[in-house]
Amino acid sequence: MVLRRMGCHLGLIMLDFDNVTLGYELHPAVHHLSLNVPKGSLLALVGPNGAGKSTLLKGIMGQLSPLDGSISLNGIERAAIAYLPQQNQVDRSFPITVQEMVALGVWGQIGAFGRLRSQHKRQVQSALKQLGLQGFEQRLIGSLSGGQMQRVLFARLLVQQAELILLDEPFTGIDSRTTHDLIHLIQAWHRAGKTIIAVLHDYDQVRQYFPTCLLLSRQPICYGPTADVLTAENLLRARQLNEAFDEHAAFCAHD
Amino acid sequence: MFELLIAPFYEFAFMQRALIGCIAVSVSAAPVGVFLMLRRMSLTGDAMAHAILPGAAVGYLVAGLSIEAMTLGGIVAGCLVAMLSGLVSRFTQTAEDSSMAAFYLISLAAGVMIISASGSQVDLLHVLFGSALALNDAALYLLAGICTITLITLAFLFRPLVVECMDSQFLQSVSRLSTIAHLCFLVLVVLNLVGGFNALGTLMSVGMMILPPALSRYWVKGLDALIAVSCIVAVLACYFGLLVSFHAGWPTSPAIILVLGAAYSFSLVFGMNGGIVSRLSKPKHLSA
Repeated sequence: MVLRRMGCHLGLIMLDFDNVTLGYELHPAVHHLSLNVPKGSLLALVGPNGAGKSTLLKGIMGQLSPLDGSISLNGIERAAIAYLPQQNQVDRSFPITVQEMVALGVWGQIGAFGRLRSQHKRQVQSALKQLGLQGFEQRLIGSLSGGQMQRVLFARLLVQQAELILLDEPFTGIDSRTTHDLIHLIQAWHRAGKTIIAVLHDYDQVRQYFPTCLLLSRQPICYGPTADVLTAENLLRARQLNEAFDEHAAFCAHD
Repeated sequence: MFELLIAPFYEFAFMQRALIGCIAVSVSAAPVGVFLMLRRMSLTGDAMAHAILPGAAVGYLVAGLSIEAMTLGGIVAGCLVAMLSGLVSRFTQTAEDSSMAAFYLISLAAGVMIISASGSQVDLLHVLFGSALALNDAALYLLAGICTITLITLAFLFRPLVVECMDSQFLQSVSRLSTIAHLCFLVLVVLNLVGGFNALGTLMSVGMMILPPALSRYWVKGLDALIAVSCIVAVLACYFGLLVSFHAGWPTSPAIILVLGAAYSFSLVFGMNGGIVSRLSKPKHLSA
């Protein structure tokens, strides 16, 4: 299959999907996905609602086990992936300060019991500065606006220093100035050689900033350079394939 | 003044013991209660108290009014319900509140069946209101032991617990401690309820967990401050509750809870963070 071979020649592989089917109660949300994500990709994951984009990220995080096939991570641990879930379920009423929240990003380095050392504090300070959050250090997260909260979550991602970063609709409900700043950060990560996969809905944004793109509609429609993927023809196919969840669907005969 | 505030504890050993026992419960149950409140699980404390009853009753049937047997029974029943509901909600579609309710009802019903089938009567008033003024050495050691275990565990699990409360998705993404932290916390809730109910009754042990954190939220915001204020308020309430009980001859546990209730009502009206008065008076807003 063309999809499967994509990316193989581009160097080291970060993620390998081998005939992956992910779903809920046996109904597939991602169907027979086989492809590679090379190290250093800046990949946009696009497709209609219900196309399985968030499901795929959960699969990578191991929060959902594949019904079929396997997802392998090359060279990193699951705990070393930085993941920003969709509509983050942070309890904003919890009494924790911006600084403490961002400092959680060093969890991967010091674990649950280690001390926060001076180099970690410097990391946190620099992340706060990079996201324009100086002066907010001692504010409780409950007093932040949606955009400020997203900056805090990105600061935490920054502190995590992960090699693979998964972002699920990171700009939904965020104003253009904050979005612009956050995209800058993503580009800096990309230049530093990190692998980034982001679920996005704004095709213009994807065309402008994301060199590669995976169009998903339960099954992979197209994967490759963004300009080749986001064609009118492919988008139409994606919409047509996104059929309803069928309560009485038969078992898949694909295998 | 001395006669009124100090003398009862100076002159009577049983008052000293009651004060020491209550302080141990306060310092231990109040911080656990803060986390219960922050996780919006306050009523879980109440449900767990019911889950413990049958275990204690079985202990009573087997060994009579022995604090060891009743404690052990309570801990086993409570942990069983806590673990089962915690695991069921993690690995099935059921939410934690409904699985908790299901298991504590089963536990309560089983306990009542066992008691009535054996044909004896457990002194329910003792279970509900305890006997703070008759704490023996075994009870004091138990309370002190549970207090120590609770504080050490909380210190150890502080970070995972905070993150589990606030952003469990993040904790799951960086660590495997999410489920462990949650279950350890439920065990702490059980331990404190069991410890409290032997000395002071279920009403008191739940009250010590719920009321101090609830009222401290009207005064302070930070997590450290919430825990500190809750502990101080709980200890003060025990002191004044014991005094009221001593001078007026009222039962001890209800007296302590009523003191806490009065403090809660006061906070509700005059509290700086969202108390009724502070909501009615509109201060000038800041310029930025």
